[in-house]
Amino acid sequence: MRKVGIGQALLAALWMAAASAASPTEVQRSLEQTARATTPGFAGFSAHRGEKFFKSTHGGEWSCASCHTQDPRASGRHAKTEKEIRPLSPVADPRRFTDPAKVEKWFRRNCNDVVGRACTPLEKGDVLAYVMSVRK
Amino acid sequence: MKRTANQWIHGGPIATALLLLVLAGHVRVAGADDDRFTASNEKWRAECGSCHVAYPPQLLAEESWQKLMSGLDKHFGTDASLDAVAAVEIGAFLTENAARGKRAWRAGSALRITETAWFRKEHRKVSAATWKNSKVKSPANCSACHTGAERGDYSEHSVSVPR
Ligand code: HEC
Ligand code: HEC
Ligand code: HEC
Repeated sequence: MRKVGIGQALLAALWMAAASAASPTEVQRSLEQTARATTPGFAGFSAHRGEKFFKSTHGGEWSCASCHTQDPRASGRHAKTEKEIRPLSPVADPRRFTDPAKVEKWFRRNCNDVVGRACTPLEKGDVLAYVMSVRK
Repeated sequence: MKRTANQWIHGGPIATALLLLVLAGHVRVAGADDDRFTASNEKWRAECGSCHVAYPPQLLAEESWQKLMSGLDKHFGTDASLDAVAAVEIGAFLTENAARGKRAWRAGSALRITETAWFRKEHRKVSAATWKNSKVKSPANCSACHTGAERGDYSEHSVSVPR
């Protein structure tokens, strides 16, 4: 019951945020609020954990790196269709993580494909911390 | 127009040959134009062009697009799910511009463009080795050979098969 409530609150927040552009830091702050409410003992996001999550497979064929490469500053390639994908890190492409609805859409799809379920707010925040932490 | 043609034909065999060439050229251009697909929709291009080239709606029958749009969460081994608003707009664009006539008949009810009868026929001369080339990998990777695929140009004039 409680989870549904938070999900709805998050959706509403995203809906409102979708109307205006955001910065990666704002997207991260909103993820942090949700993570704090849903993760027992939450002690902040970790770029290190995010990197590990990003580069590992999770029981399936693909990792996040299968399409986005081992270096989030580099252009990727879709593992099945070969189509080029712009770098995922906002350090390399400032358009990344500026549209909350788009971020949520791709987390939903890609986590489903790679992990077989939705990512937790902690996992999403860790990945974002990782791709924001890399240097130019 | 008619008079000019008559004058040419009366002008002798060279002129006749010229006229035939012009006419033949005309027919060829018209045929190639059929494979330049210009119908576009912003949402469709953004959403259906993010993982692969946005496949022109004219290449599958209406029924196939409907089926495909109702199963986006399990889309050829990936999750391509959309919010309801985008799904309705894109679905309408695809079905309004879907294959008609002969191409529809030869598309049948396939969900893959690459499994339609027309696709097999147009590509019968492509060798097995070419399909397996690492620059192609999948027959669905149209832009590996159709250099104008992003613009919807699949005419035979812009084909360059990698070796
Ligand atoms: C099968 C290929 C594939 C895999 C695997 C994959 N992605 Fe993606 N990802 C894409 C494509 C394609 C896009 C959208 C392309 C674009 O916007 O240029 C995308 C976009 C994204 C975005 C949107 C960013 C933005 O603001 O534009 C995020 C976030 C993302 N991916 C995270 C992940 C994470 C986390 C994983 C691992 C759990 C992952 N991806 C695995 C293909 C993939
Ligand atoms: C999340 C990634 C993703 C998105 C978004 C996506 N697709 Fe696909 N699509 C794929 C993959 C992967 C394949 C299989 C490619 C292969 O077999 O080489 C595919 C294949 C197809 C095919 C069959 C190609 C063939 O002839 O073999 C069609 C048609 C298609 N997609 C239409 C669409 C439409 C319409 C949309 C937008 C509503 C869409 N796709 C959005 C990933 C995606
Ligand atoms: C391996 C290379 C290759 C790939 C991949 C490929 N094609 Fe082709 N295609 C060809 C060749 C070669 C022809 C024949 C051109 C000619 O008639 O001279 C052709 C012909 C066509 C034609 C007829 C063009 C005309 O005017 O006669 C269409 C339409 C077409 N392809 C669509 C597609 C679509 C859609 C895809 C992806 C789903 C695709 N092709 C993938 C190589 C390819």
